[in-house]
Amino acid sequence: MEPLNALVSVTNFMLIPAFAYGSQLALGALGITLIFSILRFAHFAHGDTMALGTAAVIGGTFFLQAQGVSIGGLPTALLAIPFGILVMVLYLLAADRLVYKYFRKVKAKPLTFVMASLGVMFVTNGITRLFMGVSETRFEDGQRFIFTIREFREWSGLAEGMALRTAQATTIVTALIVMVVLFWFLNRTRAGKSMRAYSDNEDLALLSGINPERVVVITWTITAILLVLAGTLYGLDKGFRPFNYFQLLLPMFAAAILGGLGSPLGAIVGAYVVAFAEMGITFAWRRVLTYLMPEGMEPSTMMQLLPVDYKFAVTFAILVLVLLFRPTGIFKGKVI
Amino acid sequence: MSLTARDLGLFAIMGAVLAMVAMFQSPQLAITILNMSLISAIMALGVNMQWGYAGLFNVGIMGFTAVGGLAVVLIAQPPVPEAWAAGGLGILLGLMLGVATILAAVIVYKRMPPSKLRGFTLFAVVTVGFLITSYVFGPAKQAVQAVNPAATGYLGGANLPVILSWPVGAVFAAGVAWLVGKVSLGLRSDYLAIATLGISEIVIAVLKHERWLARGVNNVTGIDRPVPRPVELQPLPWVQSLADSLGWSLSQTASVISGLGYSVLFLIVLGILIWLAERALNSPWGRMMRAIRDNEVSARAMGKDVTRRHLNIFVLGSAVCGLAGAMMVSMDGQLTPGSYEPLRFTFLIWVMVIVGGSGNNWGSVLGAFVIWFLWVQVEPAGRWVMEMITSNMDVGSALRRHLLDSAAYMRLTTMGIALLLMLRFAPRGLIPER
Repeated sequence: MEPLNALVSVTNFMLIPAFAYGSQLALGALGITLIFSILRFAHFAHGDTMALGTAAVIGGTFFLQAQGVSIGGLPTALLAIPFGILVMVLYLLAADRLVYKYFRKVKAKPLTFVMASLGVMFVTNGITRLFMGVSETRFEDGQRFIFTIREFREWSGLAEGMALRTAQATTIVTALIVMVVLFWFLNRTRAGKSMRAYSDNEDLALLSGINPERVVVITWTITAILLVLAGTLYGLDKGFRPFNYFQLLLPMFAAAILGGLGSPLGAIVGAYVVAFAEMGITFAWRRVLTYLMPEGMEPSTMMQLLPVDYKFAVTFAILVLVLLFRPTGIFKGKVI
Repeated sequence: MSLTARDLGLFAIMGAVLAMVAMFQSPQLAITILNMSLISAIMALGVNMQWGYAGLFNVGIMGFTAVGGLAVVLIAQPPVPEAWAAGGLGILLGLMLGVATILAAVIVYKRMPPSKLRGFTLFAVVTVGFLITSYVFGPAKQAVQAVNPAATGYLGGANLPVILSWPVGAVFAAGVAWLVGKVSLGLRSDYLAIATLGISEIVIAVLKHERWLARGVNNVTGIDRPVPRPVELQPLPWVQSLADSLGWSLSQTASVISGLGYSVLFLIVLGILIWLAERALNSPWGRMMRAIRDNEVSARAMGKDVTRRHLNIFVLGSAVCGLAGAMMVSMDGQLTPGSYEPLRFTFLIWVMVIVGGSGNNWGSVLGAFVIWFLWVQVEPAGRWVMEMITSNMDVGSALRRHLLDSAAYMRLTTMGIALLLMLRFAPRGLIPER
């Protein structure tokens, strides 16, 4: 039974958390890659808009909780997501009208857009902190576990236990549904096709009668949906702190670049690679190896390649390797 | 130097505003704002070299300033002999092994023909090197950190004069910048941004985590200062008589004099840097840089090695940021890795450069003064506004308390709006490039 114990241990402590984290990153990286391919700039405000979207969802959750509304064992926040999406669609469209639209009109350089997104980042960050402060807010409610360590042990009879938190399961299921819907939208609907055409060749798309402003509006709307979902799921899983959302910027960009900027499929694959690499390298393998090694050869140290504080270093190393060896990313992203 | 009457007027207004702060708020506050503005001005100069001269987008300023700050600890602090005895050699050996591993990997990659074998060799070299390194490094690090952890627990520095740490800080930052630039320059412009964002987070993580280096989050305090402390000034007779004639308290006089000492030092550094930067900008080299910035393709066609020139200017600008970081730490007399925040140390500097006028050195200086002044003053102003709004509310109400607490965050929003307004209506800044 030893290998089975090892498998259970690694699943519980690494695979499930990494899969959930990867799904959250994937939703974020999809937003980044969409903005990059349609609007053609690196959206630095992504982390902070995610935080603001989550703040809106948290507000809605608290309101619903005060009204006594709940959905069985699932977190109430899921009910508040539509409200968060509505707020963020309006917010991002307002930001586009007030800020980015002018730069599109004057055909500003990409870096001017990036600069403008820094401004939006500051404003968004200020608004988020105005509502939420800087301390951690937990808004997970309902049934915390789908099955607990003890239940799993009793069921399987193994020494190692495994738990599945509701937040993790919700994350994974939601992310998969969203990805399927997004690909269906991009490949099968008229609006999605016009987006891809615009991303491929702007001038040709204009000639075929695609209205660029409409494409932009759709892009921001989809981005809003993606980032509210990503932010809420991340917050449910790990608690809400505005600064953590800012720090997600690096892994999200790394995921998008690794997959190939502008390629939605790449963003998803990249996100899971980043998540599993971060978790795997900062994971203490001792427990797992103790099960696998023959008796008397158990590792004496934690068998942790890097301390958890260096998870950014892992992301960064991935980024550097991509930049050095395959700057277009796995799925041959946009222009280099 | 090319300053018009209008520019001088803007600087004069800024000076008058600071003088008003000294009169109506307190002289100490004015000096504090002045000193931090001078340091920010140097950081902004560094960024302006990269952005204004060459169009490079660096969002890792925080990392470069922190590396500069580290230099102050490593130069000025006294060494800890017990720690060196406990694990100094192990740490040095471990670091060398780490570098040797990387070099070996690079050699393998360069010398062997591309094949599966090369991949395996590379993997083996890195894995074995990593294991040996951590085998040597880990215990030595633990031993050093165990030496009197409440007071030291690190190797200490070289016990050299603190002023020496400023150029060393610049060299440290230049080294980091060279590594980052080597990897990410020559690719898409946004890639440099992401890479610098990453390296700055890593620098902070290293500073926080590697306690043997600079005590991590336990902070190094009481670092030697290049200027006498207020406490040392107080007993001096001339300070006492000055305090009498000004009618100030002795402690206030002493802290103002100490602060002014820093101002003079910083002004000298800033003056030298501006002089050099202006000379460089108006030299053939500066014209070449601007030619590359304005049209990379034609500059390349003229035979300029664009990537190489970009690397030069990137290293140079980052060195200036490192210098400013070292100056800041020696002004505070402490290195606190926990206080480095990207919004404050990276993005605020960007606002300064854009508001001041990218491409113009004087613009960056003015931008630094204006933005730092706003950054300091918007918070009390925000509190005042919130007090006005909430004055009709119930004293104990939760909403009132929340609004008052959140006044501190208004400055982020203000900075963002300032940046957006400048980008939209005056993209060339307060003092445009000429």
